[in-house]
Amino acid sequence: MTDLYQKQRLMRAMRKAAMQRGVIAVLDVGTTKISCLILRFDAVNLNDEGDGVGSISGHSGFSVIGSATTASRGVGFGEVLSMRESERAIRTALQSAQKLANIRVDHVIACFSGGKPRSYGIAGETNVLNQVVAEQDIARVLAACDVPDYGDGREVLHAQPVNFALDDRSGLADPRGQLGERLSTDVHMLTVDEKVIRDLAYCVKRCDLELAGVASSSYASAVSSLVEDEQELGAACIDIGGGATGVSIFLKKHMIYFDSVRLGGEHITRDISMGLQVPIATAERIKTINGGLLATGMDDRDMIEVRGETGDWEHDRRLVSRTELIGIMRPRVEEILEEVRSHLDAAGFEHLPSQQIVLTGGSSLIPGLDGLASRILGQQVRLGRPLRIHRLPQAYSGPTCSSIVGLSLFAAHPQDEWWDFEMQSEGYPTRSLKRAVRWFKENW
Amino acid sequence: MPKINRDRYTPIDPAPSLWSYRLLRLMLSPYLRRLVFYGVPALLMIAVGMLNLTNEHRRENALTTYNEMKIFVTERPEFMVNLMSLRGASDSVMQDIREVVPIDFPVSKFDLDLDHMRQIILSLDPVKEADVRVRFGGVLQVDVVERVPAFLWRRDNGLEVLDETGIYLRTVASRLQYGDLPLIAGEGADAQVAQAKQLFVASKPLKDRLRGLVFIGERRWDVVLDKGQRLMLPEENPVLALERVIALDQAEELLTRSVEVVDFRLKNRPTLQLRSGAMKEFREIKLMQLGQIK
Repeated sequence: MTDLYQKQRLMRAMRKAAMQRGVIAVLDVGTTKISCLILRFDAVNLNDEGDGVGSISGHSGFSVIGSATTASRGVGFGEVLSMRESERAIRTALQSAQKLANIRVDHVIACFSGGKPRSYGIAGETNVLNQVVAEQDIARVLAACDVPDYGDGREVLHAQPVNFALDDRSGLADPRGQLGERLSTDVHMLTVDEKVIRDLAYCVKRCDLELAGVASSSYASAVSSLVEDEQELGAACIDIGGGATGVSIFLKKHMIYFDSVRLGGEHITRDISMGLQVPIATAERIKTINGGLLATGMDDRDMIEVRGETGDWEHDRRLVSRTELIGIMRPRVEEILEEVRSHLDAAGFEHLPSQQIVLTGGSSLIPGLDGLASRILGQQVRLGRPLRIHRLPQAYSGPTCSSIVGLSLFAAHPQDEWWDFEMQSEGYPTRSLKRAVRWFKENW
Repeated sequence: MPKINRDRYTPIDPAPSLWSYRLLRLMLSPYLRRLVFYGVPALLMIAVGMLNLTNEHRRENALTTYNEMKIFVTERPEFMVNLMSLRGASDSVMQDIREVVPIDFPVSKFDLDLDHMRQIILSLDPVKEADVRVRFGGVLQVDVVERVPAFLWRRDNGLEVLDETGIYLRTVASRLQYGDLPLIAGEGADAQVAQAKQLFVASKPLKDRLRGLVFIGERRWDVVLDKGQRLMLPEENPVLALERVIALDQAEELLTRSVEVVDFRLKNRPTLQLRSGAMKEFREIKLMQLGQIK
């Protein structure tokens, strides 16, 4: 744990340095697209811990000065598959964003959706030293958490204390300064494959930038598309991306559960491609222009021209009714939603006070998805769009960009994570510090 | 069968090469950017300029071209001044002005230093105010307000004409030229012309007999009348003293008597100085009245 702690602290220090410089890039490495925003921070009071101002107040202090999106290559299921290809794609996005912003950026916060994320709820308990809960007590209670064995080659991506309990009072957001004897905490921890972070870090390093933070893209899109009430009362954000679908459940403004389904819009495209025997690019075009999920009688007469380049005139000049297309798309979407449903059931979503479900991500643009989702997931379904942030281009205001917008918010106003609290002084061996430095030298 | 261009879908890699990306980032670093976009061109321009200027022939060429261009603009007919129009000056002053401001017309408006010209005209003694400007139509308009002669001041080397503030206008040979001006004399009288004026006003009843005022010892005035009579006025309040003398004259006909000097220098002790022989005459008259004349 100490090792991880050090690494995350280093990234946090880098993020702070970037904030001081005033410019930071956020990068969303997705399966279909890689987008990059360059943020300029102009307010100095970004790091004050003033809760009660409103958790979405963080976006007032920055504005977007550069943006770029490029087609993603070498990325599948939200993971880097081909290093060279994805490095080039990331470089394209970073270069055009920097060109547009006309400024040089040295720090980047990245998010990705893959890496087989697993979430753990862990708890810890300790005695308060001097009756009044101090910073140190929080560090101790966090250190006292019994971390499960999450396996070799796994890395903790988020570890957020979601709840503190003091004696018999639970639900404390910030117990510092309160009187009590027994302090316990619940921490939500998210682990991903270490290799995925390493690959991403390597790609970013090859672009001469420093990775100042990583986040899960589904978490980021939940941050931007859930409104404050939903985050408070309980909601699930379902980010249907290209290669993976993330399910994140929020309660009391904290993510309490996260899971992902390794299915996404690209699978729908593949189905169309196979079903209609067209190239992937054509299938993608047909999906975005004519796609749908609820067939009506009208759709039988709605013939879609399938263009091909095979040279076979009969094959290239086929007409496909929209009903057929819907017939191909719908089972796959149903499959994705069923998977999501099973994850929600596993998480005990039905026990939450409010069961709002917000669909976001690029595939949530399929017409009729909200109708289908409300049949499978429950009645309270809405389509989510990201919050507006200052000077965000119009092209980035759709649900496809909710994760990059959320990542901007995350960069400006990060939630407290485990490593944000001061570490316990006894658990601070220099050896692990050295190891952390060595780790950075080797990998970043 | 139509020919199919199978290369059509070969994706063009939009990614920049690593080195072009690095170059872009390098060029985005602010100092280098400023150096490249401002520093280097500025240096180049300076270098080219210096190289050109080291050649004397080119330097001369440049100078000539510059002058030609300047003349081409400044000597357009719209900017030329053809004549000078003087207003408000008497003939002699006008002559003087034309002498001190010698301009070879036509001249360009840009070559005229109007302020300097105005200073020169103002430095002429009879000129009180001057306004020099170039009027529409290429006329140099000089408006002059002359000083008004107010006093004649007799000095060792002649008669000077002063205006009412005591400023010298010119020297004249004879009084006839300014016969109606009051005459003053004495060193430092020009500094006290205001008082002299008051005295002249007060001495209006004596106007026919008044010869002039003399400033004595640079501190007080004497009023000189004809028949050698003289009124010595004090340093302080000379006008009051003069009025007293005039009142005495009007009451007792003081000045028609054979008094040579009425001395009012001491306020409490006015003194009369009779003409030589007047006392004797007075005594004879007295004796005659008494019948004791032999």
